[in-house]
Amino acid sequence: MRKALLLALSTTALSTGAFAEMLDVEKDELKFGFIKLTDMAPLAVAYENGYFEDEGLFVTLEAQANWKVLLDGVIGGQLDGAHMLAGQPLAATIGYGTEAHIVTPFSMDLNGNGITVSNEIWEQMKEYVPEENGKPVHPISAEALAPVVKKYQNEGKPFNMGMVFPVSTHNYELRYWLAAGGLQPGYYSPQDVTGQIGADVLLSVTPPPQMPATMEAGTIYGYCVGEPWNQQAVFKGIGVPVITDYELWKNNPEKVFGMSASFVEENPNTAIAVTKALIRAAIWLDENDNANRMEAVELLSRPEYVGADSEVIANSMTGTFEYEKGDKREVPDFNVFFRYNATYPFYSDAVWYLTQMRRWGQIAEAKPDSWYDEIAKSVYKPEIYLEAARHLVDEGLANEADFPWDSDGYKEPTPAADVIDGIPYDGRQPNAYLESLPIGLKGDQTVVGNEVKG
Amino acid sequence: MTAIDPESFNAGADEAKEARRARLFTRINKADAWFKVLGLAWMTPILKAAAGDNPRAQVKEIWQLLGVPLAAIAAFLILWGALAPKVQTSLGAIPGPAQVWEQVENLHADYLRDKAKEAEFYERQDARNAKLIAAGKEDKVKERAYTGSPTYYSQIFTSIKTVFFGFLLATVVAVPMGIAAGLSKTANAALNPIIQIFKPVSPLAWLPIVTMIVSATVANNDGLFSKSFLISAITVTLCSLWPTLINTALGVASIDKDLVNVSKVLKMNTWTKITKLVLPSALPLIFTGLRLSLGVGWMVLIAAEMLAQNPGLGKFVWDEFQNGSSQSLAKIMVAVFTIGIIGFLLDRVMFTLQSLFTFSNNR
Repeated sequence: MRKALLLALSTTALSTGAFAEMLDVEKDELKFGFIKLTDMAPLAVAYENGYFEDEGLFVTLEAQANWKVLLDGVIGGQLDGAHMLAGQPLAATIGYGTEAHIVTPFSMDLNGNGITVSNEIWEQMKEYVPEENGKPVHPISAEALAPVVKKYQNEGKPFNMGMVFPVSTHNYELRYWLAAGGLQPGYYSPQDVTGQIGADVLLSVTPPPQMPATMEAGTIYGYCVGEPWNQQAVFKGIGVPVITDYELWKNNPEKVFGMSASFVEENPNTAIAVTKALIRAAIWLDENDNANRMEAVELLSRPEYVGADSEVIANSMTGTFEYEKGDKREVPDFNVFFRYNATYPFYSDAVWYLTQMRRWGQIAEAKPDSWYDEIAKSVYKPEIYLEAARHLVDEGLANEADFPWDSDGYKEPTPAADVIDGIPYDGRQPNAYLESLPIGLKGDQTVVGNEVKG
Repeated sequence: MTAIDPESFNAGADEAKEARRARLFTRINKADAWFKVLGLAWMTPILKAAAGDNPRAQVKEIWQLLGVPLAAIAAFLILWGALAPKVQTSLGAIPGPAQVWEQVENLHADYLRDKAKEAEFYERQDARNAKLIAAGKEDKVKERAYTGSPTYYSQIFTSIKTVFFGFLLATVVAVPMGIAAGLSKTANAALNPIIQIFKPVSPLAWLPIVTMIVSATVANNDGLFSKSFLISAITVTLCSLWPTLINTALGVASIDKDLVNVSKVLKMNTWTKITKLVLPSALPLIFTGLRLSLGVGWMVLIAAEMLAQNPGLGKFVWDEFQNGSSQSLAKIMVAVFTIGIIGFLLDRVMFTLQSLFTFSNNR
């Protein structure tokens, strides 16, 4: 009798224990948007592995047509949150494009992008690329592209390339690569938002999944996009990726998970619960040296998620990257979801995006260093992240050692060796960083008409 | 002797048999009208042959009604199967009938997989709730709907639902306006320029306007009338309005003059005149308009769903195009056939309704 009572007591204690961990979420039916890219993986995994359900969340994942539709969905409330370009919450908050206060408690991944040119351009570029053992030496600088662009200019043909959104990582990465090779990617001004003022290479927007088709149609000669759309070009035999963003800037921050500030304010526990589920998904993706990646590839290849063939997705998700057809190389960190504190929303990452907006004129006027810090802190929310992480550690679902508990939100400065043009980056000194970049606005410079003044 | 005369017995039996046969044929002929409505005209000769009519004549008719269409379909499939692999795209060769059929099976397998997942979801939810009740926390028990991705079948259903809602809306607007335009020269003069200007406008032009207006005016986004549903339905309405409107006006305007005179003699009021006289005589043309409208609506809907990313078959096609996997083209072809077959069925439904409601000379 006593034994039975004890048993009953212990089972109730156990079950109530398990439920005590569950946060009291304010809103439990949520709809999240995503774009068909492999870096949406944490969302698919959190859904399919039941991490959302474990938090008492009932989530619908919905593919969106392009980044603009997705952002409007989050601002308008049709979407409760979304897989976003890191630049989107920042641009929306400072009012570049649609103005709305968007915050992010979770950074989704590091790296994962590439720059691809069409076969036609690659043939012409190839003679300027140094070779070793019959294979081109990577990373390939845009200096090899410069003579090709000159040739097109002399023939009076505009040299067009695609990126996915004006404030996308891809726009800034493509610009960084071009500028590092001495090519001018063009400025934005408050009057002219095409971003083609004084440009050698004209950049325009194309949604990620349409990139290969648009290049095949000849509208653009190359593009910068996330996976699987670079590998897709290789598989279709229509283009050659020339550089990955890992080679451009080692472990650069990529997508974030964005929610509107008002949603987070009204539903604080929901925000923490969502972050918990996403952290668990990120841990799963990188666990045991990427052991689960093949399973993730199978998930992503389903038509409701990314939908591309699993071989195409697997190419980059499993630590390799295929440049020219057959030239497959090891890039173990091409997709990083959890290692190196990938999921922590660092202020320094936000500041880097803001410096690039300033560099190309999207932020028209000079801002003091304190402004960069202030904006970064209003958008990136490591406090929510750390609270979610604390819950997970307490529940035994994550390791204490995996989280930067004492960080002030700024990463150690990126050393010169980790960046393609050897220019170091320190998030605490954005204006000094801007001064150190040879091409781009600095100091009090502004773009007036077609010229840089000041 | 009480033995029955075998001869007279036989004659009686023959007569009865003959009568039965005659009855059978009248029934078959009657059914024929229905078969024609349902698009099953080839059933009649088969039944007749089965009932023992001159087989030779029936065979010829069966060949005309069933054999030729089937042979044409077979020829189409063979031609398709032979030519498709010759066209190479960056997504591989154009799929032939076999690959497309494979995707039909694939989509069905996906549906079954999703159903299984849904069942598991509810099992888990029940288990969780049972545990909560056992722990004495009834207030925390939650019943939530499954949140999986839509299956192919549910996308078909969404599309059909949307097209009918839009079509219904169009009918409600177009029929009264058409009657007004048909009855009154003034109303006709007023409506005509507007109809002429808006009729040729493509759904793609309406869509952004409809999207902005619906987004601004519809506050809540759940339940039956979600924003995306309304956007596609209203776009369908705007484009499928015109055939009904024009045909109704025409039907009403071309009523027999004698009938109009009768109504004057009887001093009918407008309402009685419309219900007793105008509607019955204009009905064949109104139905012709409705049939055209539904056809237009179905075509418009697919385009609207594709562009606005509203759930349904159009979005399915777009998503598959974006996926760009080796199966995508075959899946899009499955959608093409689905869209075609459903369009055909919708037209049949309207035709059947038309035959039921009108008293034309054909029936």
